[in-house]
Amino acid sequence: MALKAEYGDEARFLAGGQSLLPTMNFRLTQTAVLIDINPLTGLSGMKKSGPESVHVGALTRYCALERDPATARDFPLIAEALPHIAHPQIRNRGTIGGNLAHADPASEMPAIAVALAARLRAQSKRGERWIAASEFFSGALVTALQADEMLVEVELPVAKPRSGACFMEVARRRGDFALIGVACTVQVDDDGRCAEARIGLCNAGETPVLAEDAGASLFGRLIGPAEIDQAGDLVQRAIDPGGSIHASKEFQRHLAGVLTKRALAEANKRASA
Amino acid sequence: MSTDSQSGSETDDHTVTVTVNGTAYRRTVESRLLLSDFLRHDLLLAGTHVGCEHGVCGACTVIFDGVAVRSCLMLAAQADGHAVMTVEGLAGDRNHLHPIQEAMRDCHGLQCGYCTPGILMTMKVFLDETPAPDEAQIREALSGNLCRCTGYQHIVDAMLLAAERLRG
Repeated sequence: MALKAEYGDEARFLAGGQSLLPTMNFRLTQTAVLIDINPLTGLSGMKKSGPESVHVGALTRYCALERDPATARDFPLIAEALPHIAHPQIRNRGTIGGNLAHADPASEMPAIAVALAARLRAQSKRGERWIAASEFFSGALVTALQADEMLVEVELPVAKPRSGACFMEVARRRGDFALIGVACTVQVDDDGRCAEARIGLCNAGETPVLAEDAGASLFGRLIGPAEIDQAGDLVQRAIDPGGSIHASKEFQRHLAGVLTKRALAEANKRASA
Repeated sequence: MSTDSQSGSETDDHTVTVTVNGTAYRRTVESRLLLSDFLRHDLLLAGTHVGCEHGVCGACTVIFDGVAVRSCLMLAAQADGHAVMTVEGLAGDRNHLHPIQEAMRDCHGLQCGYCTPGILMTMKVFLDETPAPDEAQIREALSGNLCRCTGYQHIVDAMLLAAERLRG
């Protein structure tokens, strides 16, 4: 923390290194000071912070989440997304905090963080503060973290009763970045009507996108084909994908609609099961 | 975190003690040196291949504290106090092959062989943890290792055979 306070933007934290090291190998990132946080074992692991939330240390590796049975129980959305996050060798090193602080809009976890309304704890020599996921991602690879701050912990709400989650993505190859990914959660009331629906998308703009209008459109309604179609249309309007040689903007927008409809239908089915 | 800076130089040096294939090595390395380059150039263990150098191809995969990792996405300094296993440590001695290597030979699981060390290290950990895998599990475990020659079918065949032989 003292080093980060002294060097500010000149210093980078090295967590799993699975995003930072490639950019350093390409000399896209040239950092004067690299602070290896891997020996800080206190920064890894999950602990229950209340009846409805869990604190996940920033240095918790994806392989640890994969092996912990609590992940599937408490965070079915993350459990379903994990196999899409790169490859086993990358997940053996990659960390949830590093992934979020890297803030790649094409990455899965930032979209999941906004879909779950996660909160992120930043620490510096000056003190600490909590940042809502929706406020954390300010641009492509840019976050709300100040130059002297480190992301140390993520607070995730555990899956509620009568809720269902679904993660879907389309990528050119297994483990590649998604052309479009959709992370959604649906909670229904005793009558089967939607109590809350949240839809996050990856690779759909400069930041992970939370499609608030689409989620709100489902509130209080029995989710059927017409509701799902409408939400899919709203998601297509909410996003601004960049397009690339792998997929045009139009194709990405098309995919976002298709995946949203499929994922919503599945999440609703799981919530009602 | 290491802060043994030498004023005036652009990069710090670190003294690392690392166990590779059961042998302890002590070397002084620049902070920017990759683990893959450390293994190849400093320890002269050139069996670990370097393909893409940005974590996509998997050729540089080694076993770090029991798990398969990309050695091109780690710094040599990070290996201080840790144990690494490379392809050179797979077989018991120079005259024998590990059962996974034997199966690769028997099934023609390699052509040019460039990706092979990374595949062997990935599969070593996978087969230790999954002694009776099906084809889908093998393909999923192999997804992080690119091979441009074989089309993967013979590698999958080799892993099914290796798993069978390892089960005895």
